[in-house]
Amino acid sequence: MSEPTGVIHDIGYQRYTGLRLGRRAVFGALYVHGVRTAFGLGRSAKAKIFPWLVVGIVLMVAGAVTAIGSQIGETLMTYAQFADSMSWLVIFFVAVAAPELVSRDLRSGVLPLYFSRPLPTVDYPMAKLLALATALWMLLGAPQLVMFLGAAFTGNDMGAVWDELLDLVPGLLYAGLWAVVFAAVGLLIASLTGKRAFAAGGIVAVFLMTTPIVGVLSILPSQAANQLAGIASPSTLVQGVGIWTMRDQVITDPDALGPDLGAFGPVYALVAALLVAACVALLLARYRKVAAR
Amino acid sequence: MTLIATESLTKVYGGGVTALSELTVTVEPGIVGLVGANGAGKSTLIKLLLGLLTPTRGRVRVLGLDPTTEPAAVRARVGYMPEHDCLPPDLSAAELVTHLGQISGLPRTAARERASEALRHVGLHEERHRPVGGYSTGMKQRVKLAQALVHDPDLLLLDEPTNGLDPAGRDAMLALVHRIGTEFGISVLVCSHLLGEVERICDTLVAIDGGRLLRADHIAAMTSTTDVLAVEVSEGTETLAARLAALDLPVSREGRLLLVPLADQQTYDLIIGAVADLDLPLHRLDQRRHRVAELFARREGSHV
Repeated sequence: MSEPTGVIHDIGYQRYTGLRLGRRAVFGALYVHGVRTAFGLGRSAKAKIFPWLVVGIVLMVAGAVTAIGSQIGETLMTYAQFADSMSWLVIFFVAVAAPELVSRDLRSGVLPLYFSRPLPTVDYPMAKLLALATALWMLLGAPQLVMFLGAAFTGNDMGAVWDELLDLVPGLLYAGLWAVVFAAVGLLIASLTGKRAFAAGGIVAVFLMTTPIVGVLSILPSQAANQLAGIASPSTLVQGVGIWTMRDQVITDPDALGPDLGAFGPVYALVAALLVAACVALLLARYRKVAAR
Repeated sequence: MTLIATESLTKVYGGGVTALSELTVTVEPGIVGLVGANGAGKSTLIKLLLGLLTPTRGRVRVLGLDPTTEPAAVRARVGYMPEHDCLPPDLSAAELVTHLGQISGLPRTAARERASEALRHVGLHEERHRPVGGYSTGMKQRVKLAQALVHDPDLLLLDEPTNGLDPAGRDAMLALVHRIGTEFGISVLVCSHLLGEVERICDTLVAIDGGRLLRADHIAAMTSTTDVLAVEVSEGTETLAARLAALDLPVSREGRLLLVPLADQQTYDLIIGAVADLDLPLHRLDQRRHRVAELFARREGSHV
């Protein structure tokens, strides 16, 4: 006979003598928590609806593109073009995920619980930023992987797989650029308010309201203004960097009238880098202020 | 070892507001009550102890460490329970406390175990898997306490732990804090604007007012020297008061009672003699402990 199992023994309080991990592990824990939060994992069913709807759409598009492409025997869309064409969905994903990551914490007042722990003030926003960028990169990268698997294994020889891989890598890098720029801008906006609706609206506004500016600049009677127009909006800025660095991946149709950058390609890259740097600097400054409250 | 030591600690905020002024105090391990009216500088002191604020002048040491230069080392050994609402409503208590345990440096499995232990110790069992948003104020306070305990700190900083609780909840929370301080072997600093609460559970009391130290001492030292005799007569209270005053006893009135500070054994004899002389019906004569509140009553009176 075993011991009765219904008895609960109160063994009293036990001191913790086990391992205590350092800064890197703490950062990692916050980062993983952030990536999960972006996809609604570990949260209510309601929080999962939108992220997984977007994931479903991008995967479906990727599947359709692959299937149709293999039927008619030509590439409908390069990997980089896929990232481009999904930019609207990325904007909406950022508008939901970024407030979920930072505005919610501002609202609930949980930050004192973080900053009273051995977590350096800069680590909180950086872990969140990295988490959002990772989530966006996965959102754009996973469908590309689907396309790659589809295309690589409908071809017959290993050479085709290698060719596909050479196209996939720039596509994933391009997705990374989208992810970093959009995460930096989106998270900064979301960190300014504890109201998630305001944060989401602000993010959509910044990404979408800047598009008309690009339109106006691109019809001004100055060639330089036209060529620099794309800088005014994050989406066209990223596209500009893509056109400069991997033109044949982004623009496949030789007759297409893609945006003309002239000699300003490097300017786009520089502005993109400065934009990310400025957003990160402002984000860190923001949290230095928040932590002292 | 000294728990907390400050030396001429001063904090002046950006707007020129002096929150703490030349605070010098040394506190030994145990349960420490930090009392003061709202705005006395309690929260500022806690933030300085956590290294969240930098002192304008002076020095501060917690568990022998300087929080301004080694904040991570201090925070790894300190648990903090804030005054205000700080729980995300859609997470369950178990998830939240586990996550915060990880942020304190515990490995994931250890964090999960310690989280359910900590929640059990504060009295949350099956309900810990429900979202915090549906908890009562008392349960939320317990979760806040559990998250401060999860990483097994050496010092707990509790900012107004009884805030918003009903009398029964207050008693339960104070009993819990007392148990943590005595049975768990964790030192506790309890902030409160209610002296009557903290004096019940503290070994040491630190009183601040307007950013300045009023008094810091062991509870025992504060009460033992200030015993009073309470005298009650069925009639002739006024006459007795006059007679005692004439005997050079500093008598004061409190309702139907006359209070006389107990200097030595002779005080008894003088009072009994006076009552017998006046032939008054003595209802009661007993020694009573001075409430700590009365120590501060005069100086705090204008703020409370």
